[in-house]
Amino acid sequence: MNMRKVLAALLVMTFVFGLLAGCGNSSGAGGNAGGTAGGGEGDTILLGVNFELSGGLAAYGQSKINGLKIALDEINAAGGVLGKQIVLKEYDNKGDNAEAVNISTRLMGEDKVIAMMGPVTSGRVMASVDVAKQFQVPMVTGTGTSAGITVNEDGSVNDFVYRICFIDPYQGTLAANYAADTLAVKTAAMLVNQSDDYSIYMAEAFKKTFEEKGGQIVESSTFMEGDLDFKAALTKIKSSGAELIFCPNYYEPDALIAKQAQELGYDGYLLGGDGWDNLDHLIKTAGADALQKAFFINHYFPGDTTEKNQNFVKKYTELHTDTPPSFAALGYDLMYFVADAIERAGTTDPVEINKAMAATTNFEGVTGSFAMGENHDPIKSAMVIGYTADGQYKLVDKVQ
Amino acid sequence: MKKLLSKKNLAILLGVLLLYGVIQALISLGVLRTFHQVNLITICISVIMAVSLNLITGFTGQLTLGHAGFMAVGAYFSAVMTVKWGMYFPVSIFCGAVLAAVSGALIGLPTLRLKGDYLAIATLGFGEVIRVVLLNTKYVGGAAGLFGIPRLMNWTWVFFAAVITVVVIRNLLWSSYGRACISVREDEVAAELMGIDITHYKVLAFSVGAFFAGLGGGIYAHYFYGLQPGTFGFMKSIDYLVMVVLGGLGSVTGSILAAVVLTLINVVLQQFSAIRMILYALLLILIMIFRPQGLMGSKEASLELFRKLGRRSGHGSLGSK
Repeated sequence: MNMRKVLAALLVMTFVFGLLAGCGNSSGAGGNAGGTAGGGEGDTILLGVNFELSGGLAAYGQSKINGLKIALDEINAAGGVLGKQIVLKEYDNKGDNAEAVNISTRLMGEDKVIAMMGPVTSGRVMASVDVAKQFQVPMVTGTGTSAGITVNEDGSVNDFVYRICFIDPYQGTLAANYAADTLAVKTAAMLVNQSDDYSIYMAEAFKKTFEEKGGQIVESSTFMEGDLDFKAALTKIKSSGAELIFCPNYYEPDALIAKQAQELGYDGYLLGGDGWDNLDHLIKTAGADALQKAFFINHYFPGDTTEKNQNFVKKYTELHTDTPPSFAALGYDLMYFVADAIERAGTTDPVEINKAMAATTNFEGVTGSFAMGENHDPIKSAMVIGYTADGQYKLVDKVQ
Repeated sequence: MKKLLSKKNLAILLGVLLLYGVIQALISLGVLRTFHQVNLITICISVIMAVSLNLITGFTGQLTLGHAGFMAVGAYFSAVMTVKWGMYFPVSIFCGAVLAAVSGALIGLPTLRLKGDYLAIATLGFGEVIRVVLLNTKYVGGAAGLFGIPRLMNWTWVFFAAVITVVVIRNLLWSSYGRACISVREDEVAAELMGIDITHYKVLAFSVGAFFAGLGGGIYAHYFYGLQPGTFGFMKSIDYLVMVVLGGLGSVTGSILAAVVLTLINVVLQQFSAIRMILYALLLILIMIFRPQGLMGSKEASLELFRKLGRRSGHGSLGSK
């Protein structure tokens, strides 16, 4: 009985302490930044991180923050930005839209960050756009590829909202160009995850461009999230005589598609998008043999020989066991992009930083160099990546 | 009329207005900023969802796992009416809630012959059907979702929506309808023998519960800028079910308390991404070990309860050793 009371008292204390801690943080003290003025003033610069760090999308958020932290350490070791050290305020949005709005409000309204990085995936970014516009604090996503993030349906551009990756329809267009021009195929099939807007948009763009180039989509199959058996669809595709299968999905289904296509004796090309970016998973599930005629469009090629990239890969592999995925590389570039904009703005005023971001003309990152386009989408090239016989990435082409 | 203006009711009305007034004053003074308002509104939405779910699960005893489905119906329909058809938003939110109530009755009629876990599975299926239909409907944006909904909701609207929800459901429960619902929960056969039309009361509970879930969805749509089918998945239903169980099955004030507590815990845990889920789960487990009946059990927080607690605290409670 006594034990119960002690534990109950502890529990209550945890609650009370937790709530107090919560209130303390949200009272605008600016946490680590020290000083009530928040983000800009004092001898540190406070930046916000609003990432998917738990829940179903956690793998992407974790990858990205791993890359981001490497860049942060480098920048701070080199003296920081404007002579001040950068301090991050990190929150986890669980992959939930309302939570992402909540955190964006917290970062911009309470912690007074001068720029926010994230969220990682498109839906969460879309939900946060209006918060950035309301508080007039720039937000940059490294990996939100949905077209609607920066440009609204009526064609107007969202001020204060940027991204440093290319968009889904662009990937689809590049894939179609590559299929029609370089691989010179005339017929293609598509196998699309109907429950993911990412796949749908890419497939639409692929179809449009491929048909403009005189190609023909002979078979178009769809599946739902969680499907594991693609043999029925693949049999139909095989008998349709398609020379190429476009699989604009994430790596889990596409690895199975590659494996099952091989089992059915399909000998055409497989082509995918940046959702394929998990080398270990693809090689383990499908095997290098099944991927000899497979290619995908990606933001990043880890084997790139630039000094910048060699340095990043070295640091990443010291800390983690896998090959750096493009999410980590984009996280690394994201941190540098924001730091670069603050440096060029020469001030910690979010509105000036916003202007500097829009005026980016020649940013050099590990995922390539780019200028910020007038739609707040970067103008950058993409990599076409294939697989070697022993299961490594090889760079096949750079396309723009 | 005399009964309506009783001392107790007046006191409650005064209390509600006082709560509203204090918070509104703090907002006007700038003490509670946008971030606090986001959380206040999240709390109110949770209160609406948890209390309405409690009507179905806690009081009528029908375990449902499709509450987020009703929420989705209300959210999407009201958003479409506001954004695409240009309706005045209170009208569209009301219509969304009505449509959710209709879908509640529709799902209720054929499935209410099922009991316990069978009903849970059927309602789970209903929730998934809603989600997949939305996922494949181009008109509402499919998987990409429906974005660009203006933020038309504010603290005043949402607070009074939550108050109305609680008052309506509380009054329903303390009427002969409510007693009939509770009798269905306690023993269906006995209730039927007493001449209670079980189907009628189950459908009633389902439609009223769904109506308010739709209301909660409409508010969500008009506050959080956008909707995606993924938001209204199975886990969303579970989140609200956790609130109901934690607060106490069959306690309206318990659901309110749990909605407040869990929302605040969630905010505190935002900064501990690595251990967030563990802490959250641990708290739930601890509460369930020490309060298996939920925070409030089937009791209601009332003035009498506080008086009793006051008398008991004389000998040994948390404060004394």
